[in-house]
Amino acid sequence: MGFINHEKVAGKMASRTAKNSFVKGLFLAATLFGLVVLAILIYRIITQGIGYLDGDFFTNFASRRPENAGIKAAIFGSIWLMAVAAPVSIILGVGCAIYLELYAKKNKFTRLIQMNIANLAGVPSIVFGLLGLTVFVRMLEMGRSVLAGGLTMSLLIVPIIVVASQEALRAVSKDIQEASYGLGATKWQTIRRVVLPAAVPGIITGVILALSRAVGETAPLIVIGALSFVAFVPENIWSGFTVMPIQIFNWTSRPQTDFHDVAAAGIVVLLIMLLLMNSIAVLIRNKFSKRY
Amino acid sequence: MISTTNKNKQAEPNNKKLQKPNVFEAKGFNLWYGEDQALKNIDFDIAENNVTAIIGPSGCGKSTFLKSLNRMVELVPTVKMAGEIQYRGKNILSSKFGVEELRTKVGMVFQKPNPFPKSIYENVAYGPRIHGIRDKVTLDQIVETSLKGAAIWDEVKDRLHENAYGLSGGQQQRLCIARCLAIEPDVILMDEPTSALDPISTLKVEELVQQLKQNFSIVIVTHNMQQAARISDKTAFFLSGELVEYNDTDVIFSNPRDNRTEDYITGRFG
Repeated sequence: MGFINHEKVAGKMASRTAKNSFVKGLFLAATLFGLVVLAILIYRIITQGIGYLDGDFFTNFASRRPENAGIKAAIFGSIWLMAVAAPVSIILGVGCAIYLELYAKKNKFTRLIQMNIANLAGVPSIVFGLLGLTVFVRMLEMGRSVLAGGLTMSLLIVPIIVVASQEALRAVSKDIQEASYGLGATKWQTIRRVVLPAAVPGIITGVILALSRAVGETAPLIVIGALSFVAFVPENIWSGFTVMPIQIFNWTSRPQTDFHDVAAAGIVVLLIMLLLMNSIAVLIRNKFSKRY
Repeated sequence: MISTTNKNKQAEPNNKKLQKPNVFEAKGFNLWYGEDQALKNIDFDIAENNVTAIIGPSGCGKSTFLKSLNRMVELVPTVKMAGEIQYRGKNILSSKFGVEELRTKVGMVFQKPNPFPKSIYENVAYGPRIHGIRDKVTLDQIVETSLKGAAIWDEVKDRLHENAYGLSGGQQQRLCIARCLAIEPDVILMDEPTSALDPISTLKVEELVQQLKQNFSIVIVTHNMQQAARISDKTAFFLSGELVEYNDTDVIFSNPRDNRTEDYITGRFG
């Protein structure tokens, strides 16, 4: 045919392979950039905060003197907040995802709801703070309590859980669902014994990612009036509270530079807590993947 | 077996065999997917303890008809049905007929092997479990009997608790048949059960179908005309949503009465 001129092809080969290795280098650089920045950040906060990271830091409350300042109230506040937010958001989020994905008819109305949930997942967190302030703190008169804070956090992360769970449910093979129906299983039996076991790893990943986000959120809690100088551990869901990011924010905004090192120690603790949560997620996911 | 030359259409179907009672009787059955009519006015009787094959080109409605028999077709949201399909004298399309009950009596084997991502044992025990059997000894018995019934027991008896995904495609399909036997159905529907299998696995499934017809009524959809000729007692030919011809298998393949049937089985189209 003569459409391919092999001499020309050979002549261009060098520039083609050069381009090939150039883009590979480009993508590698993009990956390394993130890693390097992360390494610098971790190095900085560890060297800064290491002096304050001792047993006292975990058992002391907030203090005016940096050497006495501790993060106990904030750690317990964060745990209490999660204890309220996690069950509420998992029940609402996963339930909503199951309904939308497996029960609801696919029509214009469900598509509209679908779109709105996806949009909600992208709404700035401070807006949820205002919602929480209006509904939970004022209207339902919960005050600046752990309960109000936890419910506000649920509002923030439910859309994320819904979207992640829906994706996990959608990924369950239709073939095995048909197999279950074909044996005379009801819809609930099929969901409970076939769909959910297959979807649980994906759902858990979504839930833990959402909870990690909630642990690190500051803005909505400041709006609903979480405290920043707290010398007590919450006793019940009606107690006032602070959480780790608020405590860290409070320390970094103090004029004394010593407090900035305390903040670095707080960031280390927060990062460790997030790392722990993600490891638990991986563990649970592996356990479920093995069983099914 | 497939005659290409015989033009003498013999009108009389083969009536020498004993008349068996019907498990299914479709009367004026119509089905639409949205606006498209997929099945047109089907009248179709399926006899007990027979292998009934349904052949026809892609898109002719044969799988749709099969899935109507256990109402799996309703999983498609836009589906609409009219007319009547009687299972042992009761109209299964009536809202009074429980779809779960129907599917317990009318089991199904799918085109692609679709075991659950569970152990071999759990796959077979799934059906009995959802129907309320908890007793371990009973379940063990059901699993063994069903796996033996599907001619796969000897291959898997030492690894019942390993994941079913470790089996070959042919073994998976026989496991799916075992899973279907475990609910002790009356009828087994098979939707091109060998189209994803190699020739040797296909042969094993075909032999299995021959054994199973002693105790079950089998309706099998197949693309493969030789398969229909080999294993079925009666054959139905579907074309464009209509039941063109339905007769004893040897009559269909030697003396088809309709020109379209003859064209199809002699490979002139399809």
